[in-house]
Formats: sequence, C-alpha cells, structure tokens
Amino acid sequence: MGLVIKEKEFVIPGDVIAEGIDYLPAQGVFREGDKLIAEQIGIVHVDNRLIKLIPLTGTYSPKPGDAVIGQVVNISFNGWSVDIGFSNLALLSVRDGSSDFIERKSDLSRYYDFDDFIIAKISNVGKGNLIDLTMKGHGLMKLQGGMIIDVSPSKVPRIIGKQGSMITLLKELSGCKVTVGQNGKVWISGENSENVIEAIRVIEKESHQSGLTEKIEKLLGGK
Amino acid sequence: MYGKRIDGRDFDEIRKIEAKIGIVKSANGSAMFKIGDTIAIAAVRGPRDLYPKFMQNPKSGILRCNYNMMSFSVDERIRPGPSRRSREISLVTENALMPAVNLEEFPNAVVDVFVEIIQADAGTRCAGICAASLALADAGIPMRDMVCAVSVGKVGGKIVADINKYEEDYEDGSTDMPVAFLPRRNEISLLQLDGGIKKEEIIKALEMARKSCEKILEVQRKALMEKYQNG
Repeated sequence: MGLVIKEKEFVIPGDVIAEGIDYLPAQGVFREGDKLIAEQIGIVHVDNRLIKLIPLTGTYSPKPGDAVIGQVVNISFNGWSVDIGFSNLALLSVRDGSSDFIERKSDLSRYYDFDDFIIAKISNVGKGNLIDLTMKGHGLMKLQGGMIIDVSPSKVPRIIGKQGSMITLLKELSGCKVTVGQNGKVWISGENSENVIEAIRVIEKESHQSGLTEKIEKLLGGK
Repeated sequence: MYGKRIDGRDFDEIRKIEAKIGIVKSANGSAMFKIGDTIAIAAVRGPRDLYPKFMQNPKSGILRCNYNMMSFSVDERIRPGPSRRSREISLVTENALMPAVNLEEFPNAVVDVFVEIIQADAGTRCAGICAASLALADAGIPMRDMVCAVSVGKVGGKIVADINKYEEDYEDGSTDMPVAFLPRRNEISLLQLDGGIKKEEIIKALEMARKSCEKILEVQRKALMEKYQNG
C-alpha cells in the first residue's frame, strides 16, 4: 500500500505508481482497480494526496486561460476557425473577436483574414474538445511582421522561466518582441531575431541542465 | 541435437535487441527497434484531424496503423506498395496496440502509426509492434500499458523463442507463433499461429514468450530513459 515509485522518479506508460486508495489520480495518471498507473512518460509529482505526472513529451492539450498563438483557417458567418496545433480547431466567435463593436453582416475578413496569426486566450474547453477563444484581454492581438517558430509544448515553461525570468532575459538582451504561446508557438519580432531563435533552440535542447541562464546571457550578450 | 540453435543461442534465448527513440524528426514520436537482423522503424503522427468525415468517431479518437516492407528489406526484391500480407499485418498491429492506447481525450481525431521494415529476418510484425509501442509513448499518447511482442514457435520438435529466418524456413517444418503482451496487465493482444503445435506446447511457448517480453520491456524502458532522463 502507498507509493510504489518515489517522487521525482521517471516513469513510462504502464508503471504502477501507487497502490491502495490513499492517493488520487491527476494529470497523466489513471486508476485501475486499486492501482494508480502512469499514462505517459513523465516525472512523478506528489501533491498531498494527488499524484500527477510532469509530462516530458506530448502534444498540446488546451486548458482555459492559456494564451496561444494560432492561425485563422476558416471564416464562417459567426466567427473564425483557428488552428492552435491541436487535433480540433478552436472557435473565435464574433462576440469575442474584438473589443471594438463588430456590426452585423460586416466583412469578418477585415478583422482577421485567412492565414493571419493571432494571439488569443482560451476561454472555455467544452466536451468533445470544442475550444472557445477570446481576443478580449491584455496583450491579445493580431500578429504583424516577425516570425513564428515551433517548440515542444513540454518545453514552454522552461522558455518562460520562473516568473517569466527567462523570457524577460531574452527580450532585454536582444531587444526583440517575444511572445510564447502555451501551445508551443513562439512569435519573435525585431532585428536580432536569429539570435533569439538560436537561444530558444539551446533552451529546448539543454532544458534539464543547470546554468542555462548564464549560457543564454553569454550567447546573446556576446553579440 | 547438440543443445544449441543454428546461431548459437539457447532455446529460450532471444536475439540481441537495440532500441532508439526519436529518429524521425518530422513525426510527433518515432522509434527504431532492432532484434537480431530485423530492423523496424515506427513513426507516429497525431492526434490530428481525421478525414473523410464519416470515419470520425465523436466518442473517441481512432488508431490507424500502416505496415510496410521496404523493397530492399528481403533477399529478393519485393514489389513496393501495399499487398495482401501488409494489409493483414497492418490490421493485426492495430488490434495489438488498441487495448494499450487511450484515445478518449481526442474525439474525431486519428493517431497514425507508420511501421516500416528496413531489414527483415523473421519476426517483422513483432518488431513493428515493439517499435510502434515506443513511438506512441514518445509521442505522448495516453497509454494504459506498453506493448511487447515476440515470435515463439516449434522448430525440429523443440520449443524456441524468437525464431530467425533459417529456423522459419526449416525443411522438416516449423511452427511460427507471434505473440504480443501487455506486460503489466499480463494480457495477450496478438496471437497468430502458422504451423502445427500441441496444446501443452502452446502453453510452454506462451510462458517462454512472456519471459522474453519482460526482457524486451527492459530494453524499451532503457531506450526511453536514455532519451528523456539524460537529455
């Protein structure tokens, strides 16, 4: 009874983490009989009675409140369909499309056209993965200029850093505008964007090593 | 009978296994699985939108497997493209993996698994299933268990594990039995049989397969650890 695998240990799918009914399954863990079993590759994290996995891989799974970068792929009469790198498209309805008033029957492509990239916030994730987006909020906008790169969604917290320390560093040293979407898309705009991309690739590759901040400082500061 | 097999192995000894994760850069997850001279590569794409739309399942995502043998993988060139055999193996691979994956979180979506055999020396479907299981784990698809597969059989009156090509083509007849296991649940998800075998021998062979699958699981775990724990 109790924990079979200790906290901060590496598990693969099918590993029994705990036995008995003392613990509850959270993200990446499921219950089968009286056993708690890992569903993904990850690191075990025990929070009181909750057992969850810190995933080391996997595609993006949308959560309400996440800021994401997506591409408009379709315009219908009541809103826009946005590709946010998930198996289902997200919906941005006219009501949440802009803080300006959008008149009925107006041309929606004037606001966001096909292939436009936007930063939006997920307002709701419903059953059957119906994802609602909103553009009402601080820093949510249509992206103009710059470039977008893909990173692994599991590495996003590393790129942002503790209380945004890493991303602030990137912005300050390069003078670029950088926005990281929770879905693993990063928008970079500015003159030294190549250096930022290089730095992000280093973070992605060496995310587990210590002394990463110094390394990034050296990489960006030296140029 | 000299107590050894043609390549010097014991009866219950499997060939040397190697596994490597993340070899197809463009895929969401990928793996190479090598057992003896058989090499399989699996790539997982998805979960992604499924078209045509009538195939979509609003309750759960679906798994779609594709097994393919490269034209240069065997001694005599085989015609590239799908064949009756590859369709069958695609289907059994899908059925072998299905109990292990949990796609309820991805309604209307599909997870594609592509298995390519780049070198064949018997036991290709088992190598393919092992590689596919690793690739699914690498892609982060929720899984109830890993899947390990090995072919056992009867050659020259002896029950042997992990048959190679020489043994499969043995003149006096050989029996080939591919088995896939879900190691934690101790369940069988693939069982095929080609040849003749007695009831007691099947039980003995299955026990041998279970033991071999434990060894395979260790290799799979090691390969995943190598990629994720150490970078």
